[in-house]
Amino acid sequence: MRYVDEYRQPELCQRLIAEIRQLATRSWTIMEVCGGQTHGLLRHGIDVALEGVVELIHGPGCPVCVTPLEAIDLAIDLARRPDVVLTSFGDMLRVPGSHESLLQVRATGGNVKIVYSPLDAVEYAASCPDQQVVFFAVGFETTTPATAVAVQQAGQLGLENFSLLVAHVRVLPAMEMLAASPGNTVQGFLGAGHVCTVAGYQCYQEFAQKYQLPVVVSGFEPADLLSGILECVRQLEQGEATVCNRYQRAALAAGNRQAEAIVDDVYEICDRSWRGLGNIPQGGLQLRGRWERFDARKRFALPELRQVESSPCPSGQVLAGKMKPRECEHFATTCTPESPLGAPMVSAEGACAAYYRYAKNAGDGACAQPIS
Amino acid sequence: MNDLSPTCPVPTAVGDPCITLAHGEGGRLMRQLLREHVMPVLGNEYLLALEDAALLPPCDGPLAMTTDSFVVSPLFFPGGDIGSLAVFGTVNDLAVSGADPRWLSLGLIIEEGLPIATLQKILQSLAEAARRCDVQVVTGDTKVVPRGAADGLFINTAGVGVQVGPAAPGPAALKPGDQLLVTGPIGCHGMAVMVRREALQFETAPTSDSAPLRNAIGALRQAEIPYRAMRDATRGGVAAVLQEWAEASQTTLMVSEAKVPVTPEVRGACELLGIDPLHVANEGTMVLAVPPEFTEPALRVLHGVGETSRAVRIGEVTAGTLAGIVVRRATGQEVPLDEPLGAPLPRIC
Repeated sequence: MRYVDEYRQPELCQRLIAEIRQLATRSWTIMEVCGGQTHGLLRHGIDVALEGVVELIHGPGCPVCVTPLEAIDLAIDLARRPDVVLTSFGDMLRVPGSHESLLQVRATGGNVKIVYSPLDAVEYAASCPDQQVVFFAVGFETTTPATAVAVQQAGQLGLENFSLLVAHVRVLPAMEMLAASPGNTVQGFLGAGHVCTVAGYQCYQEFAQKYQLPVVVSGFEPADLLSGILECVRQLEQGEATVCNRYQRAALAAGNRQAEAIVDDVYEICDRSWRGLGNIPQGGLQLRGRWERFDARKRFALPELRQVESSPCPSGQVLAGKMKPRECEHFATTCTPESPLGAPMVSAEGACAAYYRYAKNAGDGACAQPIS
Repeated sequence: MNDLSPTCPVPTAVGDPCITLAHGEGGRLMRQLLREHVMPVLGNEYLLALEDAALLPPCDGPLAMTTDSFVVSPLFFPGGDIGSLAVFGTVNDLAVSGADPRWLSLGLIIEEGLPIATLQKILQSLAEAARRCDVQVVTGDTKVVPRGAADGLFINTAGVGVQVGPAAPGPAALKPGDQLLVTGPIGCHGMAVMVRREALQFETAPTSDSAPLRNAIGALRQAEIPYRAMRDATRGGVAAVLQEWAEASQTTLMVSEAKVPVTPEVRGACELLGIDPLHVANEGTMVLAVPPEFTEPALRVLHGVGETSRAVRIGEVTAGTLAGIVVRRATGQEVPLDEPLGAPLPRIC
């Protein structure tokens, strides 16, 4: 399969692993920002392959994990209304709100529909004029262009029964917050490849300079990830801190200008509360005034919720890379995918779920150790 | 003003004839439905007797019985439909249990409004599948539920078969060194249904593997291949079967990703949706474990049967570790594989 197999070749991956091991004179701490990368790393066992030379810290790039509690509670409120159909990406459904998840709401009669694209939600709204269709717009720069186009299309179609519950977040402000935090141990970043295909990577120049941290834009296949890690280690060994693109087949320095223009037409930057991390200045997007007729908060006069996490889940520390999932006392004991205490255990991209799935038992190479 | 019509208005059929609640209420319409649409395609001496229970002949061995309900949406998908699926699913459950499938019951739960032509097409497919598997539908039941109470059509089939030869020892008997085989490319059914249901646009859509396995199992038996365990890898996919086997045998099942057969269409859809083909349902593909010296003979037998001509070895049983299944990924790393909580939900990016 093109664009996949060539980045999974065993010889290539083994060579990159050997190069990293050869180059590193000490153990470096690198954060992959994106949840998709976390999955790739664990699925292919790269974290174990690099044990001792690179410690990989899983960043806050799982979109459903950082979606604030209040947004989920609002989505649940909407889904319970008889005239509303709440449409959402599939993996948002299992994330617990204050009291329940959208999956539970659906099971008890709420109107929740999984869509694969926000444009499907627009199409659905056009076909059901008697129902209010709300799309739960979550995610990073990777999903914002699609939700922005959905709003534009709804505008062109003159739909009065389509709106967005917006909880979009932006990567760079979160990286800034982590880099500036007093206890930061991250020495280099793998930039989120798909975010960069949209937003480009010029925007990281100032960041790398200011915090003296290398940022290497990386893809998601094992050879992409290893090549990104190799470049990051090379820079760290040489004392460099620059922005480098190791996802050349997809990401351009300036990003996708057309997508950026659409996002800019529909959204403006705002402060946003991130689940587990708290308020991040300029950490989110909201609809611009001229599109506010598509804002579900306004259309349904939703209240300003200020929810407080009551769960014992230290997701903030996991998302900030200060705690590995296995270091959490609840991991795989009181917190499992069946009964998650926090969002990182829910989403397929969440660090805890990825650990549970791929590395629950694997500490210290345990998968090669017989039980008896 | 027009002249008054001298004739009485008669109700005329609008659009295609559909199943109504009356078709399930035991009256004339129901008998008409059975007479015109069910009996002509499925009828046999037992069914045509229209008794409350089919009286079956004595058998020359212990009986095996199974049941399965089919609620697939959409009713028709590339490579099959709910009718053929309802036969193959139950027949395969009997066959992998070491039984020779003989008879089926058929329960139809129809949503009011289902076009009769659709029902007819499904029943024809079901009858054709039954002929292919050499089984008879000997008893049945039809219910109609109001619109919204079902999704077009649900089917339940129970199957009875006669045990032939000694039963396989089962997964608890797996030993380190045993080889794991699958009988064809995996994940085809689940992805075919998902792609059609969600109207995802692919240049080449995956096709379901829905097919009977009794010929393959019969051939293995005839060749006296002493398989340890055998299971059709339906819901939960190959991973679910292996997980159960690992638990039952307290071993670790080592699978090589590079050896697992996946068609380009299924692989493309899985990569795009972030789903592991090992977790995706099959409807005509099974997993079996054989002692190492029988790997080649078993593969030769399977290759000689149409439905399993693409059988391959995907891994082996190793001494138990903390992980039930370990996948050797394409990169060469060995990574434990966990079972998903429920149906895989596509990732958002």
